[in-house]
Amino acid sequence: MAKQIRSPLPGIFYRRPAPDQPPFVEDGGSVEAGAVVGLVEVMKSFHEVIAEEAGTNVRFVAENEDPITVGVVLAEMD
Amino acid sequence: MALKVLKPGLLTTVQDLGRPGYFHLGIPMGGAMDRMALRAANLLVGNDEGAAALEAVFVGPELEFTADGTIAVTGGEIPVKIDGEEQPCWTALAVKAGQKLSFGFLTSGARIYIAISGGIDTPPHLGSRSTYAIGALGGVEGRAVAAGDELPVGTSEKAVAPGTSVPEEMRRKPGTPTELRVLPGLYWHRITDAAQNGFFEDEWKVAPEADRMGYRFKGGRPLEFIDREQPFGAGSDPSNIVDSCYPYGSIQVPGGTEPIVLHRDAVSGGGYFMIGTVISADMDLIGQLQPHMPVRFVPVDMDGALAARAERRTAMDRIRKELAGE
Repeated sequence: MAKQIRSPLPGIFYRRPAPDQPPFVEDGGSVEAGAVVGLVEVMKSFHEVIAEEAGTNVRFVAENEDPITVGVVLAEMD
Repeated sequence: MALKVLKPGLLTTVQDLGRPGYFHLGIPMGGAMDRMALRAANLLVGNDEGAAALEAVFVGPELEFTADGTIAVTGGEIPVKIDGEEQPCWTALAVKAGQKLSFGFLTSGARIYIAISGGIDTPPHLGSRSTYAIGALGGVEGRAVAAGDELPVGTSEKAVAPGTSVPEEMRRKPGTPTELRVLPGLYWHRITDAAQNGFFEDEWKVAPEADRMGYRFKGGRPLEFIDREQPFGAGSDPSNIVDSCYPYGSIQVPGGTEPIVLHRDAVSGGGYFMIGTVISADMDLIGQLQPHMPVRFVPVDMDGALAARAERRTAMDRIRKELAGE
């Protein structure tokens, strides 16, 4: 079964550290445990979303700037 | 007895029922955003209803107990874990020295209340332990809790049997959409009939900026104001007024676009017109709204507002009786 990265927070999801920078993780890329995979903006501040485990072939389910709720799946990976 | 903070969560603060009486000096009432949940959490562990507990928003903290005691988690629904083993929320849970409390993902609501037998015993300021972070008042040195803090806990006066629980039907949850009842206010005449109707007809969504000071809503039509020459002392935008007091629950609409309902840590006055006030009976519900949740504003008159307040009192009495075994 695919591994999931879920959002601990509600807010607006961002895949890039800043609009003019590349995404934290490219589609199809891989992550180490503890890697930052995106940001969530809520209550006037930005919070990092961390991959709890390592994975490959990361497939984002949430788009950049999607409104998200607590616990939603942001990405799946192998 | 103390509570060790291993991980603080997103923004976890010590809160009780607040410090009313200083709003005219610019110091907000503060206190739990969901007062009924705080009262219930305290009753479940044998505390006075107004004892201080932890309020955590969206994300639960990780805590360790230094002595045996009883805890309860109320408010939003969230998997509660003691040493990794899942336990029910809204229930008295026995904990032992050295055990660790952690949480899963919130499944409904926005804020949880963690009460511990004896209550959190940080020093009171102006009659309350509530944290007002912007004013650096109350709580732990006037701030949210941080990893490494040891929160003092008072002496427990009364034991509650573990497993004692607030029945599901007595817990209040946000709806889809959540209906917030509004009493139109002093400045209601400043907007057109179409804008008055539109405000109640439209569906609004909680904006991500919503916090303890105020809840901002987006998605409804902008308000249309009745033309006037702005009075001396008011700003030039039609949503500006000569400075006035802002009540708890009042709805200001800067620029006529996004309504903001002022909550426990709100500013006490300013120059934005207020469309009306969310009635006190529905303020707890706002504390349980996550960003993007849908909301409708529903008009009530004063009689309706007072009846709703009486209804909330009755609901709280039912919880008191249930937990007292009556």
